[in-house]
Amino acid sequence: MKREFYKSLRTISHEEPLGSGGPLCAGCGGQLNLRLFHKALGENVVFVNAAGCSTLLATYPLTPLNSSWIYTAMACAPAGAQGVRDALDILKAKGKLSADQDRKVVVLTGDGAAQDIGLSSTMAAIHRGLDFYYLCYDNESYGNTGFQTSASTPYGSRTATCPITPSSPHGSLHEKRDLFEIWRVQRPPYLATVSPAYPLDLSEKVYRAAKLKGPKLFIALTPCPPGWEFDPEWSVEIARLAVETGIWPLKEAIHGEVAHTHIPRKFDPVENYLARQGRFRHLFEPKRDEETIAHIQATVDHYWKDIANGRAAKPHRLNNLGGQDGSSHGASESEANNMLRPDVGGERANR
Amino acid sequence: MTRTMLTGNAAAAWGARLAEADYVPAFPITPQTEILETLAGWSQLGEIPARVVMMDSEHSMLAAAVGAAATGVRVFTATSSQGFLYGFEMLYAIAGLRLPLVLANVSRALAHPITLEPDHNDVLSARDTGFLQFHAETSQEVLDSILMAYRFAEHEKVLLPAIVNLDGFYLSFTREAVEVPAPEETRNFLPAFAPAYPLLSNREPVAMGAAVLDPSLYTYFKHQMHNAAENVLTIYPKIADEFAEIFGRRYGAIEEFMLDDADYVIVMTNSFASMGKAEIKRLRQKGKKIGLARLRLIRPFPHEELQRVLCGRKGVAVVDQNISVGKGGILFSEIASALYGRTDKPPLLLSFIGGLGGRRFRPGEFDGMLAKMENPTESAGETARPHLLFTGEECRQVGRFFTIAREGEPSRET
Repeated sequence: MKREFYKSLRTISHEEPLGSGGPLCAGCGGQLNLRLFHKALGENVVFVNAAGCSTLLATYPLTPLNSSWIYTAMACAPAGAQGVRDALDILKAKGKLSADQDRKVVVLTGDGAAQDIGLSSTMAAIHRGLDFYYLCYDNESYGNTGFQTSASTPYGSRTATCPITPSSPHGSLHEKRDLFEIWRVQRPPYLATVSPAYPLDLSEKVYRAAKLKGPKLFIALTPCPPGWEFDPEWSVEIARLAVETGIWPLKEAIHGEVAHTHIPRKFDPVENYLARQGRFRHLFEPKRDEETIAHIQATVDHYWKDIANGRAAKPHRLNNLGGQDGSSHGASESEANNMLRPDVGGERANR
Repeated sequence: MTRTMLTGNAAAAWGARLAEADYVPAFPITPQTEILETLAGWSQLGEIPARVVMMDSEHSMLAAAVGAAATGVRVFTATSSQGFLYGFEMLYAIAGLRLPLVLANVSRALAHPITLEPDHNDVLSARDTGFLQFHAETSQEVLDSILMAYRFAEHEKVLLPAIVNLDGFYLSFTREAVEVPAPEETRNFLPAFAPAYPLLSNREPVAMGAAVLDPSLYTYFKHQMHNAAENVLTIYPKIADEFAEIFGRRYGAIEEFMLDDADYVIVMTNSFASMGKAEIKRLRQKGKKIGLARLRLIRPFPHEELQRVLCGRKGVAVVDQNISVGKGGILFSEIASALYGRTDKPPLLLSFIGGLGGRRFRPGEFDGMLAKMENPTESAGETARPHLLFTGEECRQVGRFFTIAREGEPSRET
């Protein structure tokens, strides 16, 4: 992705939309994501929140946000956002709200709400073409209730509801459900994965999305120190390893057309990522679980091989990816950028 | 003002139209659908400015209602039965956020077994939520109650949402003569919505629905809601008078029918009270001193008004069109608690469960209720328990269904 606005870290706003002393855990990847996301969004934001870790941000009588906030319930934040957006439009039409007082409506949920209980209301909001942002902080579990399995939990992870026992030595045997592809089915104007370890990529995606009207959806991999079991100071590094191992592909889809926005020159082996986290410790101690590690590596390899072969995300233009056999993943940033189709979508061509 | 024939559902739609609701999130369910269809049609034709949005469930519908009301527009919506329950979580959210919207519930008994016919287990399940509840008998009252409900809900000393209840089928699909007020006339009673506190459209940020980690805070906010609901009782007469002055119809919290010299009182709610009134008239012709009290305002509960109406009578029979399984009639319990402690309370308070799943009263059932009040034979322990209205003929009919379910339909040749 050729970044048009966020070319260096200095471009990122110095305004802090999130005050200090919030109630989230030390090293919370969700807070890192939210901070960067909000900086790129700017002012005049209304968050519509679903039950999850982030719900504790606004704890009476304090809120760390320099923006408005409403908590709805777990299943229905996108529906709440529909009401907020519609009411803002009604007030504008009545002349009761000036254009400069208009708000960007942002749904903020975890993966439990996004993948499971709130999937229906999310799909419906996308279907209605609601003009809103959706930031899903994906900590791959029901984090706020103590790290239970969600549909986002990756293969091999230990969770509170999938403990490691003699009869279940491998952790979760369900594959992580691909929320990106679920959402992409409806071809929303903007859809992206982001990572707090790649602030320019994240910020540029918000910048790109802001030019489009309709659903603008973001899934942010969210390292969770207490759940994933690592020292809070390593949150960014864990997020970086997720990308560099190929486990968390950074990509976007504009009106459904997928392009990868950062492709590692050389993929790290997945165990560099897994071995750093207590939730995967059983794969390495007391003895290595070669089968499970190999399964995870094979899944990642398969994904990127498909991408290289243009299979997974048709009809994308992927012939700049280097080798067609998937052996070379080393597309440069400019090559990767060529994978984007500048001819898709009127708004996009106008950038 | 125009006089026209309207179903209960159409009257509800007219109530929302005249209230000039800005926003109507919608989801279909029998027997409510006609209300939201009517509003959607008017909106599409440009006859009303309201924005009607089809949502993906009642839960989402009420969440959209939360979002819109929290941003500062006037919201109306409607549902029934299973839909009411499906969105139930959001009822507490709407009330807890103190969002003064109006929801029409078209009562329908709850599955299982599935039925489309009315009783009040759906709406009465919301009695603890913080919604005000107005229960209507006629199409006219549906329309009028919606206008009144907004006045109470939006009152700065209340700021709670309101339910206007009407019975499915018996009222929702029954056409009655209704006086439809003119818009200017209505605006005199119900001016445009002016939120009392900063909302999400405010220039300065606000946080709504914040968590409270201190039990005293939770308690404080709940007490506030309760006190706000009770404020309705204080302002009720003034707003009812104002309504009567403009529209010529006065609605009390309780409707008193042939009660002046009544020794015995039947308590009912909603459209089945019309059947009750016909029975009261019949019994009056036989010289019986009986009347009917129809509870219109169920939240807040009009304790003192109820005491005024019922104390000093010889007997009261509460007909609950609902059943709290394992206890009995919901309103019976509430009425009993309102009378407790009054030295002049009726010596006899009986509970009858009738009208479940739309079951109509059988001939003689009102005579039976009166007879039980006139000649009480039961012990105190027995009178505390409900009488379940059911006839021998119904028993035999159910038996025939059992036989068919077990053995199949009897051959037509035999």
